[in-house]
Amino acid sequence: MPNPIIVAKDIVKEFQLPGGWLSRKKHSIRAVDQVSFDVSRGEVFGLVGESGCGKSTLGLMLLRLLDITSGSLFFNSIDLTRLTSAELRQLRRQMQIVFQNPNSSLSPRLKVLDIVAEPLRTHHIAPEKQMREQVLLLLDQVGLGKQHLDRFPHEMSGGQYQRVAIARALALNPSLIVLDEPTSALDVSVQAQIINLLVDLQQKLNLTFIFISHDLNVVQHISDRIGVMYLGKLVEIGKSEEVFMQPLHPYTKALLASIPQPKIGKDKELKTLKGQIPSVANPPSGCRFHTRCPSVISKCKLSEPELIAVSIDRFVACHLVVE
Amino acid sequence: MRDPILRIEDLHIEFRTSRGVIHALQGVTFDVMPGEIFGVVGETGCGKTITGLSVLRLLPRSARITQGNIRFEGVDLLKISQREMRSIRGGKISIIFQDPSTSMNPLFTIGFQMNKVIREHLKFSREKARERALTMLAATGLPDVERIYDSYPHQLSGGMLQRAMIALALSCEHSLLIADEPTTALDVTIQSQILQLMRELQQKLGVAMILITHNLGVVANMCDRLVVLYAGRVVEIGESRSIFENPQHPYTRGLMSAIPAPGSRGNRLSAIPGNVPIDPGALKGCVFAPRCAFVMPRCLKESPVMFHLSKDHASTCFLAERGDLF
Repeated sequence: MPNPIIVAKDIVKEFQLPGGWLSRKKHSIRAVDQVSFDVSRGEVFGLVGESGCGKSTLGLMLLRLLDITSGSLFFNSIDLTRLTSAELRQLRRQMQIVFQNPNSSLSPRLKVLDIVAEPLRTHHIAPEKQMREQVLLLLDQVGLGKQHLDRFPHEMSGGQYQRVAIARALALNPSLIVLDEPTSALDVSVQAQIINLLVDLQQKLNLTFIFISHDLNVVQHISDRIGVMYLGKLVEIGKSEEVFMQPLHPYTKALLASIPQPKIGKDKELKTLKGQIPSVANPPSGCRFHTRCPSVISKCKLSEPELIAVSIDRFVACHLVVE
Repeated sequence: MRDPILRIEDLHIEFRTSRGVIHALQGVTFDVMPGEIFGVVGETGCGKTITGLSVLRLLPRSARITQGNIRFEGVDLLKISQREMRSIRGGKISIIFQDPSTSMNPLFTIGFQMNKVIREHLKFSREKARERALTMLAATGLPDVERIYDSYPHQLSGGMLQRAMIALALSCEHSLLIADEPTTALDVTIQSQILQLMRELQQKLGVAMILITHNLGVVANMCDRLVVLYAGRVVEIGESRSIFENPQHPYTRGLMSAIPAPGSRGNRLSAIPGNVPIDPGALKGCVFAPRCAFVMPRCLKESPVMFHLSKDHASTCFLAERGDLF
């Protein structure tokens, strides 16, 4: 791949669960299990999956906001797993994150000016005298203006506040932004405003986005490529259109068929998957999807399929597809 | 034509807050027919949840119904005593909320809670109530119902708990079920299971259902008729098919085109500019006028009334009156 900004190889995140009071035995869960993928510069890479699939954990690991249990992770050819905290701090200027709910990720006691200025102050980017001007430039990029500078978060709507979070993420001129469900808390009419804004910014500033969402319609709209996760594993990677028009993995197919589309169709039956989502703490043997897969074969219960390239830029982890 | 099971007429609800009076509903009118699935659609703050709660007289203390009436099977629900209301609530009309883990009592087993409700409303014995509860749990497709009957809410997953909630909500031969965002907290593969289940049970038991949601996809897949609310007013009402194929209010149209759809990549989404007004009561004219792409001088002065486009499709917009479909 030309000029990758992120190269992740077999990365794993294990969380220790507290054992019983008397038992020495420690339990652990693998929230992300041997995930490998590349993201090239200026690309929007979408991560989709249901709750507990590890997509948010993976997002945090890419910025090393969570340590990696094993595997290797390179950002601009720098090995993130070997950096000291001082080096990491410098590097973080190039990588930023926007969360789902700005009300819980930004301080309710700071004015918009101070929220956006904070990273500029921490990294000594702009002198205090020019701060208002600098912040105003950033606010302008996200469609806010002078009148918002001295407001407190509770004086703004959800959409406006998410714009503030985006302005703050842009403050240090990063090359990579992880967007973790950035529009999930918003109403559809406002969601469309924010998505349009993100698309504009990404193109104008040639940013790389990791776009994490459970909403497949949104991910499909914004992403160049998509990775589909299930129980800590990447099960399919491919170009956005291809994954949507011709999903290969049975889970991707089921996921797409489950979305109720806002159209009256002749066939009003939604296709449903049977069964519950298994717990990551105790994933099924073999292929993790075999308990719910409509086309399961005996091999699926025994051996775990690997993520294999089926064409250029298309990877699938399924015994049926590979054979 | 049959009589509607529920008729809400010109309902006005106010909230008294520290920042003054907020007019949450301003003249909402609609009928729900027996055995149909009726959708109430809108964004945050449009009044859809308040409408649902008002039917059960479960409004918060700060809210006041200032005008209008709610008739259920011919009875004016706003005029009857608390005691009579109690027998209707849970006996004839039941409700499912978004998050099942907050609607069940965490201290009691599923079975205990179902048993109590069934004994209260159907006057069953403990044994018979247990049987009824197990039958209902099984009807929702839950496996191993005896174990689930004795489980506490935290021992079930979100999808399973919502199934149990549906079993509870339908256990007393209700004639109306209000489902307020029943699948919003669930994952999409579980959401489609629950929607399917609700439709099956609704048809089997013949109950009428009010489905309150912000998700147009859910509505399109479930509802026979629907009403679109915006800032406490009805903006469009009618048959689902007619509204989805030919939306006649700029707001409905805006909502539909704001959703990314397969193949929309590379195109701009048509966002609706601005935000929902905080107190729509303060606005003169059409409540949607400040955000409307088709606004005319008249919209800022007068409030449009409902214009019927066909027998079962009406829109609250001057453009619909003129018949020039933008």
